Amino acid sequence: MSDVSQPVAHPPVTDWVNDFDHTDPQWTEDPFPIWDELRAASPVVHTERFLGCYMPTTYEAVREIANDTEHFSSRRIIVRDVRPEVARNAAPPITSDPPVHKPAKQLLLPPFTPDAMKKLEPRMRAICNELIDGFIADGKVDAAARYSKYIPVRAIAHMLGIPESDSDLFINWIHMILELGIKDESKLLQAAQEMSAYFSAHIEERKTKPTDDLISYLMNARDKEGNPLEDSHVLGSLRLLLIAGIDTTWSAIGSSLWHLAKTPADRERLLAEPALIPTAVEELLRAYSPVTMAREVVKETTISGCPVKAGNMVLLSFPAANRDPKMFPDADKVVIDRRENRHAAFGLGIHRCVGSNLARMEMQVALEEWLKRIPDFALDPAGTVTWSQGTVRGPRQLPFLLGKAM
Amino acid sequence: MTERLKVHVDPDKCQGHARCKALAPELFELDEYGNAHEAGDGIVPPGLEDKAWLAKSNCPEIAIDVIEE
Repeated sequence: MSDVSQPVAHPPVTDWVNDFDHTDPQWTEDPFPIWDELRAASPVVHTERFLGCYMPTTYEAVREIANDTEHFSSRRIIVRDVRPEVARNAAPPITSDPPVHKPAKQLLLPPFTPDAMKKLEPRMRAICNELIDGFIADGKVDAAARYSKYIPVRAIAHMLGIPESDSDLFINWIHMILELGIKDESKLLQAAQEMSAYFSAHIEERKTKPTDDLISYLMNARDKEGNPLEDSHVLGSLRLLLIAGIDTTWSAIGSSLWHLAKTPADRERLLAEPALIPTAVEELLRAYSPVTMAREVVKETTISGCPVKAGNMVLLSFPAANRDPKMFPDADKVVIDRRENRHAAFGLGIHRCVGSNLARMEMQVALEEWLKRIPDFALDPAGTVTWSQGTVRGPRQLPFLLGKAM
Repeated sequence: MTERLKVHVDPDKCQGHARCKALAPELFELDEYGNAHEAGDGIVPPGLEDKAWLAKSNCPEIAIDVIEE
């Protein structure tokens, strides 16, 4: 297990506009001023790193690319140092392009509607409170390692029908795929193989003992002609649900708690007006969007007047789009009662995050339950906050002091 | 004289973010996939005008029209 191992380093960046690197420690620590610098330079910037990679810096350019499935393919969705052979059914529907995308997406949508999430809510509240029980008496806690990290992983394990007690195993795979795997292909392959073996065993088990969970749901699914999904499709979708369901929301909850710990006025306002929490969650999603997806340019085109060439990857930064002052007044400020907020934290276009309703419910419940039991908390000046690198951004260490006496 | 408002969701643009349903549950409905459409004929009952505009200004896909009749 190597949950704390660090990714391989790249040469440090000295010219952000022409040689940006989203894995640079400066970006990992504080990307916001970098995005502002890039946006001031051009709506689309380019780096030779990662075998050639563009980045749209404005909301408009991000929207254009997200809606253009002709020139931009989703067959690769993570910017890495390497471009391994594209596997068939890698993780449908997120790795699919039209026309095969739609049926694969429609299959996954019904289990994730807002109504379906309402049924899961009591279990989520129980999970949050079990976690809080584990540390509330200590007076201090790493809120990432002991709270935000385990909420989404246990939720998706519950939905998939796999043991919540395997959470650390899943978290390690995600770290290998989304962080270490950016620069070390062997880590990516190892995690992918372990994950496939794990799910294959669960699929086999359900052939004799059917269950009432998402694995069985996918195994029982039929296409228009009445045929079951290919085994690789079932496996790919399970891979997607596990990968997408873990450190995304873990990061969003962690960033939200980080913000409230260092912004007492916002924390006090949410304590006084808990009904504002859903609105605040949208603003926290905008301001600290965790997920940056990628596309591959498959046909030359122009975006916001900038030419883009086939063969390059695109760092489709929804977080940077959400900081575009042309779209959001006071984009650099967190305004927890912001009313107009068409943020792109869950993506735009056909690849809108299938789990967005789940993530929203988890964030609301995680903040509500925390604030009910821990109204007073602050960053522990003796500790250090650290952030994840690359595809998903969120706090990995979040040391807090709990209670008024601090 | 107060103008009557009507909401409409463009089904080709909607991607199921479900913000409209969360902000204005009286005015929008979701199908089995979580994609939205206006409730009934889309006419906004008096008192819900603000919710109609709020839903429009929070749709990430710009899929909602508010029509003043």
